[in-house]
Amino acid sequence: MNSVNRITSFFLLAVTLYSLSVTAQAESGITGKSLYQAYCSQCHGLYGDGFGVNSYDIDVAPRDHTDAGEMNARTNEDLFKAIKFGGKSVNKSPLMPNWDGNLDDQEINLIIKHLRKICCEGGQ
Amino acid sequence: MHYPRYNTLKRTVTFSLFLFFAVSLSAAESADGKQLLMDSCSNCHQIDMPNKASLTLQEKINRKGPPLYFAGHKYQQAWLENWLQHPRRITPSGGNYWANAVVVTDEGDEIDENKLTAHIAVNQQQAIAITQYLLTLKPFPDLIREGEYTPGKVPRMLAAKDFRKFKGCVACHRDEEGFGGVTGPELYTAMKRLTPEYIASYIRNPTAWEPRSLMPNSHLNDAPIYKLMNYLNIIVEDLP
Repeated sequence: MNSVNRITSFFLLAVTLYSLSVTAQAESGITGKSLYQAYCSQCHGLYGDGFGVNSYDIDVAPRDHTDAGEMNARTNEDLFKAIKFGGKSVNKSPLMPNWDGNLDDQEINLIIKHLRKICCEGGQ
Repeated sequence: MHYPRYNTLKRTVTFSLFLFFAVSLSAAESADGKQLLMDSCSNCHQIDMPNKASLTLQEKINRKGPPLYFAGHKYQQAWLENWLQHPRRITPSGGNYWANAVVVTDEGDEIDENKLTAHIAVNQQQAIAITQYLLTLKPFPDLIREGEYTPGKVPRMLAAKDFRKFKGCVACHRDEEGFGGVTGPELYTAMKRLTPEYIASYIRNPTAWEPRSLMPNSHLNDAPIYKLMNYLNIIVEDLP
């Protein structure tokens, strides 16, 4: 009986761990760069310089993510909040939308890593 | 001689025959439309309902045209029939993933017109057949609240400010020809192209329609959604 219980418990644990790993898994092959290009570059530019293809008719210039001084003045928590909850959440323009309906936390963190690369490590 | 019962029977039979042929014709057109779509459109458009797990960012990037498997919820019949015969670009950066048509220049990122392709045109009969079939594609009835939107009044200047400044829609969409973002579809034609129920539902929850939609969910409730739609009703009247 004990051995049956042990097998059942082990099986349940295995199923639970598998479910958790599947839930936490990001989309295969997705990178901070690909997410940045899809969701951010429209306004912030394919090179992150703030001259995106949508930047011409809006009232507030999108942030230049290659400006190391500006970007270093912001913590990762600031960036996370701005991306997830939008510009208004950090007292910036409402033209920066909230991406909480499109990106999960893991994906936002991948974008932040990419931002650190393009602002301060010379990466594109 | 007058036979009232015979005349009633004749009328019933005639009407039944008419109904039978009308339904048969419509079904035939719809079947032809499906064949036409599969032959001519499936290279660029997703027509059959896909597995949700396959709708990845990479799929979005590789996509050549908008998905059509929920076209029955989305498009207005008259517009669709006409557009298929006289297609013209609705999204300035093209109907596919925007970055595929954008290049970096010294002045900033720009659309490279050479990377944009024209949509094929079909004749009237084909347009009717394709439309008949597309309008049958309604896999998400739960996302649509039939007849939910009643047009209302809104002051034009305030509504424009709401669209451009407060909601920020203008960053990606144009509300007049030549003004606004280029990666989203033009919206000054939206009320002619799309069903109001679809517009409301898509604004409410874009990723429910397309898991990798590039449109943010602004968590708007009905009143601000209808306010935006009232603005779309105003600007559609500007069309020639």
